[in-house]
Amino acid sequence: MDYILSVVTLAAINMIAVLGLSIFTGFTGLFSFGHAAFVGVGAYASAILTYYYYVPFFIALVAGAFAAAAVSLIIGVPTLRAKLRSDYFAIAILGFGEAFRVILENLEITNGARGLPGIDSFTTLPIVLVALAFSVWITRNFLKSRYGVACIAIREDPVAAEMSGVGLFRTRLLSLVLSAFLCGLSGGLMAHFLSFIQPVMFTLVQSTQLLAAVIAGGMGSITGPLFASFLFIVLPEALRVANMWRLVAYGLMLVLIMIYRPQGIMGYQELPDLFRRKISRSGTK
Amino acid sequence: MAHLLEMENLTKDFGGIRAVDSLTCCVDEGSITGIIGPNGAGKTTVFNLITGVYRPTTGAILLEGASIVGDRPDVIVGKGVTRTFQNIRLFNRQTCLENVMTPLLQRTPCSLFSALLRTPHARRVDRTVRAKAMSLLVAMGIESYADAKASTLPYGLQRKLEIARALAAEPKLLLLDEPAAGMNPEETRSLADLIARVHADFNVSILLIEHHMDLVMNICSPVIVMNFGALLAVGRPDEVRADERVIGAYLGRKKRDGNKAAAPEGAEGEDRHAGARR
Ligand SMILES: Nc1ncnc2c1ncn2[C@@H]1O[C@H](COP(=O)(O)OP(=O)(O)OP(=O)(O)O)[C@@H](O)[C@H]1O
Ligand SMILES: [Mg+2]
Repeated sequence: MDYILSVVTLAAINMIAVLGLSIFTGFTGLFSFGHAAFVGVGAYASAILTYYYYVPFFIALVAGAFAAAAVSLIIGVPTLRAKLRSDYFAIAILGFGEAFRVILENLEITNGARGLPGIDSFTTLPIVLVALAFSVWITRNFLKSRYGVACIAIREDPVAAEMSGVGLFRTRLLSLVLSAFLCGLSGGLMAHFLSFIQPVMFTLVQSTQLLAAVIAGGMGSITGPLFASFLFIVLPEALRVANMWRLVAYGLMLVLIMIYRPQGIMGYQELPDLFRRKISRSGTK
Repeated sequence: MAHLLEMENLTKDFGGIRAVDSLTCCVDEGSITGIIGPNGAGKTTVFNLITGVYRPTTGAILLEGASIVGDRPDVIVGKGVTRTFQNIRLFNRQTCLENVMTPLLQRTPCSLFSALLRTPHARRVDRTVRAKAMSLLVAMGIESYADAKASTLPYGLQRKLEIARALAAEPKLLLLDEPAAGMNPEETRSLADLIARVHADFNVSILLIEHHMDLVMNICSPVIVMNFGALLAVGRPDEVRADERVIGAYLGRKKRDGNKAAAPEGAEGEDRHAGARR
């Protein structure tokens, strides 16, 4: 029972980070192979606050999210200016992910490569579920607002978006900051759930897994990536595949999804849309 | 009549190609001004310069007397210039209503805080914008497609949707790049009516690029004729149509009806520029 609980909790924590990346990739159309670093910033910032400074958990959690958002500004401001090119950012974030790991491994306060052990395990499933629900709600509101609509317009056609009064730079930057904020929140929850964090937990491998969940779940969808990320965490556990086969199972899932649903599980639609369509279809017949 | 938009000695080079060549012309407030010219004359480039997609190599662009050179496209949109595209550019996976709501939302203030928490203010904004967008779809006669994805619309209606979206930014000056491209004569006539109605109802000045001569001749005045990036002639449609140089450079080449012989000047110009391009 405890085991199932912890798997579900971990899956829900991961879903928050995937949700964050989905704003940036699925809705704004920019790719990132470095978002795990933002999860790491949130994890380390909040853990350091509770571990060394006895800051209350909730405040540390929020601070971690804001720290991730602030770091994303540092990368985003110089790289997202390029008008119609997003490769500058993609390369910069890739480099940042590596640099971040090296920094963590060499700082004293992070305890280097050995990682921070003995972080208080404040995170419980109810807390995670509340945080997840809050994140989904915020994301949904964002996407309905002028800001989210501007993101989607940029994904669809940057030139036409500009001609609709959308500022490319500020919109892309906002999208990045919000996505990093959610990743940071996820990191804080993760640190205080596992009680132990280590630089290798926030590298290219994890970034790729986040991106895979967004793409397999479907671009332009909230529910799709959430479902995919849940699947990616829970299925290997449920099948109780040995550790060495886990990546294989994971890869196999990806391949199957890409063969049978190349647009992702829920590409450009949401779970409620499916039901609505079914109802209206049966209504006209 | 006051000049809404003025271009002075506008020049744009792409590497060795001079796409626009010291063009001086203007759009009067309240007019429907036409731009015609053979393929590659630089018409679309003029639109790209006005809307800030490209920066002019030299020259000035004044909107209501103030320079807009160097402004970002979204800033220029905010100052009241919007456009449609020669190759339709819609937000394809969005519904028609969402397409039109996008520029409207950008013009409606709503703080990020209010947006994230979806406060009553944010909800009110959403409602009013939705209603406004719907009324624009009605004005274009495509309200029955409000919930259809933009990419699923037939070609002609996509053009209308693009006009609706351009109007949603509440422009003073609307730039239409070949709105009748790919339409049959009957569709073109109804589009001409639509443009005339938009011009009157939305109190907007229009600058229009078109190859359909009948459309230009019916609703545009004055008409600007471009050839090889430069101004060839400007005047009322009947004046322009009678202009020898225009017949030679544009109509002659297009229709290939023997007018070339009657306009040696135009042919000469063509050779000179063709040489310069190489
Ligand atoms: N981004 C660009 N880079 C290089 N050359 C360009 C660019 N845009 C336009 N040109 C060139 O500038 C010239 C004018 O092009 P433009 O699209 O303005 O013509 P047009 O009058 O709109 O023609 P059409 O009637 O075919 O639409 C052409 O020779 C074109 O190849
Ligand atoms: Mg053109």
